[in-house]
Amino acid sequence: MVPGTVAELAAALRAKRLSSVELARALLGRIEKAQSALNAFVTVDAEGALAQATAADAALAKGDAPPLAGVPIAHKDVLMTAGLKTTCGSRMLANFVAPYDAHVVTGLRDAGTVLVGKTNMDEFAMGSSSETSWFGPVRNPWNTQYVPGGSSGGSAAAVAARLVPAATGTDTGGSIRQPASLTGICGLKPTYGVCSRYGLVAFASSLDTPGVFARTAEDCGLLLNAMAGHDARDSTSLDRPREDYTRDLAKPLAGLKIGLPAEYFGEGVDPDVAGAIEGALAQFRKLGAATIGIALPNVKLSVPVYYVIAPAEASSNLSRFDGVRYGHRAEQYTDLLDMYKKTRAEGFGAEVKRRILVGTYVLSHGYYDAYYLKAQQVRRLIADDFARAYTQCDVIMGPVAPSAAFPIGDKVDDPVQMYLNDIFTIAGNLTGAPGISIPCGFDRRGLPIGLLVQGHYFAEAKLLNVAHRFQQATDWHLRAPPELTP
Amino acid sequence: MKWEIVIGLETHAQLSTAAKIFSGAATAFGAAPNTQASAVDIALPGVLPVLNRGAVERAIRFSLAVGGAINRRSVFARKNYFYPDLPKGYQISQYEIPVIAGGSVAIVSPTRGELRVRLTRAHLEEDAGKSLHEDFHGMTGIDLNRAGTPLLEIVSEPDLRSSEEAVAYAKALHGLVRWIGICDGNMQEGSFRCDANVSVRPQGAAALGTRCEIKNLNSFRFMQDAIDFEVRRQIELIEDGGSVVQETRLYDPDRRETRSMRSKEDAQDYRYFPDPDLPPLLIDEAWIERVRSQMPELPEAMRQRFERDYALPAHDAIALTASREHASYFETAVKAGGDGKTLANWITGEVAAALNRSETDIAHAAVSSVMLTGLVARIADGTISGKIAKDVFDAMWAGEGDPDAIIERKGLRQISDEGAIEKIVDEAIAGNAAIVAEYKAGKEKAFNSLVGKVMAASRGKANPARVNAILKRKLSA
Repeated sequence: MVPGTVAELAAALRAKRLSSVELARALLGRIEKAQSALNAFVTVDAEGALAQATAADAALAKGDAPPLAGVPIAHKDVLMTAGLKTTCGSRMLANFVAPYDAHVVTGLRDAGTVLVGKTNMDEFAMGSSSETSWFGPVRNPWNTQYVPGGSSGGSAAAVAARLVPAATGTDTGGSIRQPASLTGICGLKPTYGVCSRYGLVAFASSLDTPGVFARTAEDCGLLLNAMAGHDARDSTSLDRPREDYTRDLAKPLAGLKIGLPAEYFGEGVDPDVAGAIEGALAQFRKLGAATIGIALPNVKLSVPVYYVIAPAEASSNLSRFDGVRYGHRAEQYTDLLDMYKKTRAEGFGAEVKRRILVGTYVLSHGYYDAYYLKAQQVRRLIADDFARAYTQCDVIMGPVAPSAAFPIGDKVDDPVQMYLNDIFTIAGNLTGAPGISIPCGFDRRGLPIGLLVQGHYFAEAKLLNVAHRFQQATDWHLRAPPELTP
Repeated sequence: MKWEIVIGLETHAQLSTAAKIFSGAATAFGAAPNTQASAVDIALPGVLPVLNRGAVERAIRFSLAVGGAINRRSVFARKNYFYPDLPKGYQISQYEIPVIAGGSVAIVSPTRGELRVRLTRAHLEEDAGKSLHEDFHGMTGIDLNRAGTPLLEIVSEPDLRSSEEAVAYAKALHGLVRWIGICDGNMQEGSFRCDANVSVRPQGAAALGTRCEIKNLNSFRFMQDAIDFEVRRQIELIEDGGSVVQETRLYDPDRRETRSMRSKEDAQDYRYFPDPDLPPLLIDEAWIERVRSQMPELPEAMRQRFERDYALPAHDAIALTASREHASYFETAVKAGGDGKTLANWITGEVAAALNRSETDIAHAAVSSVMLTGLVARIADGTISGKIAKDVFDAMWAGEGDPDAIIERKGLRQISDEGAIEKIVDEAIAGNAAIVAEYKAGKEKAFNSLVGKVMAASRGKANPARVNAILKRKLSA
């Protein structure tokens, strides 16, 4: 029962087959046991979790409990959680206690979830391996010598290792979908604007998207129901009617048209990955779907466009970490400039500094037109490619990443190789359209492989339907990594 | 060589919204440090800006008042630089596409008469906080109460040709933003701040000279002094064979001079880019029409109406439309039944002087406009002379009551009775034989002296016209 899904646990709690306190204790035990092997958490709030679980049990006993009452979850440490440290995996905020809740955190609190802790991540969500954290790398539960992907690697590892049934993440270039793929779970990045960014510590504002990790599509839908919705505190939050993202889960897939972009199946894709994707497509055809070839000619420009826009926004967003009001400040300095220099030199890690430098450069006088403006123009062309494709198909499929997980340390010195890991996911951030990663196989080393299902704007319910029907017909999502011993 | 002075002004008008431009914190002046700084204003991680539509509405009002073009789509941009009182490390402003383009402000130049100063643009932006260097030994305090206060930066074309014109423009703009209720205009509190771009060029030259930007002009007098100093400095520099270096200069009111703050070479690269946290600002026709329907009559239109309806000369009409309070004082007085020109003279004369003496503004004048009309009526109906009226006015200002009560109590009623005046005139002629003789010998001035004697004897109450007529008749008899 303890490693159940969100849906199973919510039902068991409601039926009083299980108490929330009991569940929280059990999972806190698992977290403690796994921490030294995975380093998935930055903060574990046992006391707070048990208090919330006690309250959930009381509400469940009274019969007026919200839908996810008593279900334990974890938040990526880039989301503000009132009274708890929110570090962004950075020395800069190593001791920063959030004074307020992010919008999605409030939503999940109101839905009754029990927050057990904050998950480790690439520093300020910059990375694809969760190795750049000030608190040390996160490890992949399938093989602790391998990365879990990133930047939301702690959340992915925690869900994959059954430490929590679900966790939040944020996706700026693939930071939910890629680690979900590398750890064999589901990761949903909704349409930009569906979940408020209020309380998400900004990396690249036009790309940052809160989302969710769980083992099933159904669970992703249950959590998204609690996270989505208009928020007047975020001017990019969309004011749309509320919807039940689980409403179409069971719809048959007969007649579904799956677009296969040649650009996602070319050179550079590991044969094991290509094989697993082929297997998944065969399964979909069996479920009544048809596959057609489509063209996304500009998608190959996604990585260079992203690595102009994201660092540009980041260089500005991270300016507030100056040591003046909160966060790290250097001990010794001679004057104001020296304080800024030392504070930021000490507070930020190498990858964050690299992106601040790149971003500052591309926004500089005389370079803006050639880089930032051009990148924004290409971004539009990429969005046009997808819009055209969706006149021919309902969803677009391909691999999430070119390969399964890579060994820890393998790409830390080669940023370009690291960046290319997000080659298939980045387009979804540039366009703002939703995507889900679902487990669809394992490579020769026994490491999970994920299928990327992308849809047009606001196609979350469709993506969850497609993923759910696939999971009803397959058992990849039921495979668990080996139990860890401290 | 004759030099031509070329000046353009950049004005920051603090918009009179209760809340800040991107947060819900209050904008009131003078609160204890950092008590009006919300999570957004201190730039906590994860917070986001939300545009205050009241600030946009005020920008629309301004555009309607100056005849500017309202951009239906404008863009907020980030101006990036590090400073301790700039919490985000960037200021949200507008760069490539401002909310307002063009427009003009009418001024009266002391040398060139009526002219229109063209505006380049006006854009919305947020203010920074304040660094407090004085109260903290060896440290700097930061007060973020002002951070996020809404500003409209109004940029003029380099249309001004003297420090007097610059001041006339600044005053007209100052009057206008207060008139349309978008800014309280309080210069001491920094609600209305000007920077001047000043250059000189040989008379008749087409190309502009190298300019310097002067900051910290927080009064009209400082503005005039600073520009005058800067013009002299630039001309002397060039005439001595040097050349002006483009730079930002700070005005020091104690030493009455400008000094270099930073040169163009030190200018920062602000790395402007559209703020991804704020969608483009869209303003539709309906919004503009809604604002238009709430616009007051503008000073220029009112000035023309005053000239037409009350037969006022331009300088009176300009003075009476200096503020809505002035205009309302005048119109209320006229509507209470006074002659326009007489009232205008009183308001620009005695009332203005009294306001000056008591260091207050017309909204708080000790003599209400209706009381002033009452006083002017007593001149018109011959109860008192214009000269006595000034004493009555002073008594009214001192709070001694309405004009009739003062006239009665002090016995100031004018003597117009023919017999009474004749009696005083006779006594004056009898008692001043020497002056009478002078007059009769052809010394015209002696007549005035005799009038003075008569007026003094009546304690100023004799009707001066009658005194003149009777005296003339008696002397020529």
